[in-house]
Amino acid sequence: MIDRALIGAALPAHDEIVDRSRLRRFAEAIGETDPVYVDVASARAAGHPDLPVPPTFLFCLEMDDPGAFAFQAELGIDTGRVRHGEQTFEYHAMAHAGDRLHIASLISDVYSREQRQLDFIVKSTRITRDDELIATMRNVIVILGEDR
Amino acid sequence: MNATTGITWVVGAELPDLAVEPVSRTTLAKYAGASGDYNPMHVDIDAARAAGSPDVFAHGMLSMAYLGRLLTRWFPQRHLRSLRVRFRALTPIHARPVCSGRVVAIEEGRERLARIELSVAVQDGTVTAAGEAVVACPAEERAVV
Repeated sequence: MIDRALIGAALPAHDEIVDRSRLRRFAEAIGETDPVYVDVASARAAGHPDLPVPPTFLFCLEMDDPGAFAFQAELGIDTGRVRHGEQTFEYHAMAHAGDRLHIASLISDVYSREQRQLDFIVKSTRITRDDELIATMRNVIVILGEDR
Repeated sequence: MNATTGITWVVGAELPDLAVEPVSRTTLAKYAGASGDYNPMHVDIDAARAAGSPDVFAHGMLSMAYLGRLLTRWFPQRHLRSLRVRFRALTPIHARPVCSGRVVAIEEGRERLARIELSVAVQDGTVTAAGEAVVACPAEERAVV
């Protein structure tokens, strides 16, 4: 059981600058060949100021701060027992290479399914550029029980 | 690959399946590096076995990224309002994921929205991820297959 007192705890906020070459490597890793995501001239021709951040890449920026996962270690959660249960993105504006994004997360829920020996931690994140909301994310982390 | 060859925004319309390349160890190494998710369960067979798994398995977010590809093949990303996935089964190494999407509702409101049911299945039929996207589909941009 994970202490429900964790609910509401803020994780360290951080700023990340979206890097073009990392977006290209991400595109390669996921097999994305649409030139809009890898070629600046094609991105501009499609109306983007630079390479667009693809739909799920914001999750990666959230993980870039070492503090993003420190709380799991502090709780004594073993990485081998952690699974990603659910992920949601709500999009408000596009982000692009060169943007400085501010990432602020908090633990929004903690609950257990005792019969199935599962614990759940829900992390909610706001991503902003200056004061403009870019996206919100909700990440349900599942922790498998030790006897499972 | 763009709005001129796009889908018709009506309930029941299907996005053509996206069959991605088989998930290899190289895929997972590249995804770990590019995403920054260095969880050893995805790249280190020794760590995976020590934790009781027979082998490494793919990042859930890799499947979700494939769903992103499925969607942005058919409309500009700025039309995407939300994307939600529940990870239902691990994606084993050498899996051959296929992404599917089907329009399940059209909602008229402040803007016209299509609700697209999404899934990722591997070769034995196991659904590894299922969810939904909400996409703005302005009537004037309706395109015919």
